[in-house]
Amino acid sequence: MAGKLTEDDLIPVAGGGLLHRRLFLQGGLVLATAQTATSLGAEEAPKPETEDPADPSWIHRTGLPFSGYGTPSKYEKYVVRNTGGNRAPAGDGVSWTPLEDLEGIITPSGLHFERHHDGVPDIDPAVHRLVIHGLVRQPLEFTVANLLRYPMRSRFLFIECGGNSNAGWHEEPIQRPVGNFHGLVSCSEWTGVPLSILLDEAGVDAKASWVIAEGADAGLLNVSLPLAKLMDDAIVALYQNGERVRPENGYPLRLIVPGWEGITNVKWLRRLHVTDAPAMTRNETAKYTELQPSGKARMFTFVMDAKSLITSPSPGQKMHGANIYEIRGLAWSGRGKIAKVEVSADGGKSWGEAHLQEPVMAQCFTRFRSAWAWDGQAAVLKSRATDETGYVQPERDVLVKERGREGYFHYNAIVCWAIDEDGTISHVYA
Amino acid sequence: MSMLRHVAAAIFVPVVATSVIAADADVRAPRLGTPLSPGEVEKWDRTIFADGRGLPPGKGTAKDGRVIYEQKCASCHGLHGEGGTAEELVSEPKPPSADNPSKAIGSYWPFAPTIFDFVRRSMPPAAAESLTADDTYALTAYLLAANGVIGEGDEMNAKTLAAVRMPNRDGFIWIDVKK
Repeated sequence: MAGKLTEDDLIPVAGGGLLHRRLFLQGGLVLATAQTATSLGAEEAPKPETEDPADPSWIHRTGLPFSGYGTPSKYEKYVVRNTGGNRAPAGDGVSWTPLEDLEGIITPSGLHFERHHDGVPDIDPAVHRLVIHGLVRQPLEFTVANLLRYPMRSRFLFIECGGNSNAGWHEEPIQRPVGNFHGLVSCSEWTGVPLSILLDEAGVDAKASWVIAEGADAGLLNVSLPLAKLMDDAIVALYQNGERVRPENGYPLRLIVPGWEGITNVKWLRRLHVTDAPAMTRNETAKYTELQPSGKARMFTFVMDAKSLITSPSPGQKMHGANIYEIRGLAWSGRGKIAKVEVSADGGKSWGEAHLQEPVMAQCFTRFRSAWAWDGQAAVLKSRATDETGYVQPERDVLVKERGREGYFHYNAIVCWAIDEDGTISHVYA
Repeated sequence: MSMLRHVAAAIFVPVVATSVIAADADVRAPRLGTPLSPGEVEKWDRTIFADGRGLPPGKGTAKDGRVIYEQKCASCHGLHGEGGTAEELVSEPKPPSADNPSKAIGSYWPFAPTIFDFVRRSMPPAAAESLTADDTYALTAYLLAANGVIGEGDEMNAKTLAAVRMPNRDGFIWIDVKK
């Protein structure tokens, strides 16, 4: 039922060959001819020279047996989290979600980014407890088995480390695949017990205003969170993408705080101390605060502001000559839904609105797509997100002018990819 | 026994037959939390607040702390807290500036009890919570003295540590929550 393309459809809506987003609503014609910039990993995969595609061996014999838990194809084995950061001590570091290798909006649980401060604890759920105490009528202890009996809610939510994209503060643009630069963000369906139910059961005192959440990792990581936010929409998650939360994502219990920086989504949640002041823990004072040019530091910057980036084409991939390409990317905002993503193919001189793929949900990844007729000449691609509050993702020079370069956390500036005539893609500040 | 308690608790939950899907505000939930006595809470409660609430009994000085530091901390943080595979800990006792944007203890950390709390709960990473309260006070005293915030001979305990005023105490602006 796709409408027929006319010459008019191929007239750019913005400079550099950016085509109208209507093309995506008209069906597959353009998409069928668009070439995806391919990952190096795929290009390096061995060619199946011994098989006849019209008559391959696997159509003639019984396939592999059933499996208790499926795994990706062996041909996709290069799609993995890349670990980085500090390896000494061993438990402190990150692993990045390979955003450039993924599609849609849900991150496979095994590819969800990790930021651990002292490794992944091996927790026996029969031993684990969640304790609520402090300014409550009755301190309570919950077993995991009991929490599984409570009413549950699901939310599709991104979680982004407050330190994601921090290479953006560097003087020179870092040259890495997009996942190794911006991949401390992932998106899952989180299912669990609304925390308000458990707090109500304990009976929160009227004087309470903060809750200190503590995890059961070796560092007993703890953060202070305003009670009002936790009562509003926090979840004690038991499930991620339909299955029980993975160990590296907080098994058996993870505190989910929609739209707030990753560290507030405390993994291996074991204790909630209801109180009247923040504890001023190391991670909310010495870390996860942003030193500004004034000498003062931003603190309790909980909300992850709107951000977008183009996952394809992106650095490490290669263009295949002048043709029509689909520009693909992700956008998200801790303040609500993404209202609009604009894409530029001429370094920001002109912009065209991208198609936002449904569903578009609050505090969740939104997938955007634009058609682009690349003429084979040098070009600079950018994307710019606007959320439903009207907040617009800033240009890098604006962000750096306002915040300086010592803040480290909460970098959300517009990301630029330069395309050379030979099809090489690199990260630039433009 | 806990089974009996749960049954007893359940009896008092009002049962409302309804086909309406409840919003969270009036959701009907079982009440399965097990009450904890003050003594049981004490076993769990490891919170130490910026004002010193939660600091345990004990004491230590920089002299004792230096020995522990060299044994347990220096391999990652450097012999004098200058940093190594782990972050730097020592700087001047004055707030950060454009020229010296250090986030080490003396220039950046706003509250002294935070040092005790973090060392106790997280350090050293391979043996967290292995230090005694006295050792932790001593290490805290060593780090504060190395940063020039207290004197070499000053004893740190629950009272004196809470009274230490850090140079960057007023260096922070709350963004997403009101003070």
